[in-house]
Amino acid sequence: MSRSSRRRPLVAIAAALLSAALVAGDAFAQDRAPQRFGFGRAATAAEIKGWDIDVRADDGLGLPPGKGTVAAGEKLYQEQCASCHGEFGEGNGRWPELIGGEKTLRSEDPRKTVASFWPYAPGIFDYVRRTMPFAAPQSLSDDDTYSIVAYLLNINDLLPADATLDAAALKAIRMPNRDGFVQGDPRPDVPVGEPCMSKCRKEPPRITSDLAQRLGVTPDNRRQK
Amino acid sequence: MNERTNSGGRRRFLARAGLVGGAALAGGLPPVRALAKGEENLPPNVPEWMRTLGPGVTASPYGTPSPFEKAVVRRSVEWLTATEQSSINFTPLHALEGIITPSGLCFERHHGGVPEIDPEQHRLMIHGMVERPLLFTMDDILRFPSVSRIYFVECPANGGMEWKGAQMDGVQFTHGMVHCCEWTGVKLSTLLAEAGVSPSAKWILAEGADAAAMTRSIPLEKALDDCLVCYAQNGERIRPENGYPLRLIVPGWEGNVNIKWLRRIKLGDRPWHHREETSKYTDLMPDGKARQFTFLMEANSVITSPCPEKPMKHGKGFHEIRGIAWSGSGKIRRVDVSTDGGDNWRTAELQEPVLSKALTRFRLPWTWDGAPALLQARAIDESGYVQPTIEQLRKSRGLNSIYHKNSIHTWRVNADGTVNNVQII
Repeated sequence: MSRSSRRRPLVAIAAALLSAALVAGDAFAQDRAPQRFGFGRAATAAEIKGWDIDVRADDGLGLPPGKGTVAAGEKLYQEQCASCHGEFGEGNGRWPELIGGEKTLRSEDPRKTVASFWPYAPGIFDYVRRTMPFAAPQSLSDDDTYSIVAYLLNINDLLPADATLDAAALKAIRMPNRDGFVQGDPRPDVPVGEPCMSKCRKEPPRITSDLAQRLGVTPDNRRQK
Repeated sequence: MNERTNSGGRRRFLARAGLVGGAALAGGLPPVRALAKGEENLPPNVPEWMRTLGPGVTASPYGTPSPFEKAVVRRSVEWLTATEQSSINFTPLHALEGIITPSGLCFERHHGGVPEIDPEQHRLMIHGMVERPLLFTMDDILRFPSVSRIYFVECPANGGMEWKGAQMDGVQFTHGMVHCCEWTGVKLSTLLAEAGVSPSAKWILAEGADAAAMTRSIPLEKALDDCLVCYAQNGERIRPENGYPLRLIVPGWEGNVNIKWLRRIKLGDRPWHHREETSKYTDLMPDGKARQFTFLMEANSVITSPCPEKPMKHGKGFHEIRGIAWSGSGKIRRVDVSTDGGDNWRTAELQEPVLSKALTRFRLPWTWDGAPALLQARAIDESGYVQPTIEQLRKSRGLNSIYHKNSIHTWRVNADGTVNNVQII
């Protein structure tokens, strides 16, 4: 064994000890989760533009450029919407009606439609663009969407028949039920009191509704499909 | 085994298994006694499934329930909606035990059908009022520290068909818009920190990658509190109908905000007032005004045995009353059960573990005297909230709310042991 080779293990051991100390000191720091991981990558402007389809309903933020007319909207509506919603928005079976319902919200049979219930006109644009036509969502151009929204507003007496609709015009429309919503959850709102455990009833229980078994609207779930 | 030949060995093996003619008798098994049909497998006979070999391992690479459980399925109510793509079905609560809902039985609510999403091509975008708009692949999401929690998810329309009276004669349809699973994912707060939330941001908009491009606004405070962006349900990847490959879990809040197929989160300073938070999922009050952003699912409970689907065929005697309770406000503290229409109550035993914002199983021993009975359960959660009666709920909110009907439910046990849904005052 040469002198150098005899010396080498000592050097190696010292180096190993040194690096072990360094590693031990670092190891825990490295294992802690960082404040930012840096996973994922920056979304490009083009990527965001393609997916950023939302319109904020109360102020129309996000409404795209473009415009449409009631006349063009009527044609598109008859082609793409009427089979479900009816020629005049009256609905079809359980498919939703889009007109009428004014002054029904306090009745036994409230009808929630564009005219009677929707608070903000730009919300109609958002919904039609993201979901309609039902079987081909996001297939309408922005101009066509403006046109269909114009027609919906027209059949609800909220836009003249000769009107052109763009972002500014849509934002300017005040919906009849604009003030029909209350924010700020008031619950718990049902006074119940302390839960009673014995002799809680003043009168014996009286059945107020027992139609369920006779209505015949419950699917049979006791047999195989 | 017979060593002489392979075929001999095989023959003997089959003989033992009773597959070779005459082998059963030769093997000394007792003769099958002629009994009434349906009793061939009862003692003292040896059941037929002990006389043959069953399928081997991997005969069913992904296991399914016994064919004898075929009736235990999600079911829809056909007359409720115009199309199955925008519809709902119901969890068969009457057939389930414990607190975990099997993934394949979790109720479904879709607004544009179930998208078939290739996870390789799925992306989550976070943008709006952030320092760094980001785009994540599924692999990126999976690299973040993970967390698993057991939470219920409940559609706020659960029980909505019962506001005006008892309508559905089965617990699957009166209460089946709820499920409870173990969800695994990354904290939404972790992802938002990655993008850097602007100090002015107050709300997020979550959007799904389905044909409805479902959106809901959620307060940033909740997003940073306990929301999860999940990729796993009950230990495996989320089922397509429950949001594969990525969904939002918003613990204790109405099901609709738990956006499935999550593709985009935008931050803003105000809510978006989209269709599903104005025209739908708002609670119409008697004065014609609608409550908006009523996110919390208040405490609820229901007895699942007995129930219309599980009548007390056994006649009078012992019956363990079983049911589930849950609250979006936290843990269930107590469940009381009445068998006399709310005159007297006994406190039920809660099955541990009792978890926050999860289903809790309760049980109460009961000796039925054979007389008609009115069964009720009443949940109390750790906030002190007491589940109201249907009359109390109606008095406060009228009949047109549709959503958030969480009143004490009544089953009538008839003298013949059948059970019906009724409402009482």
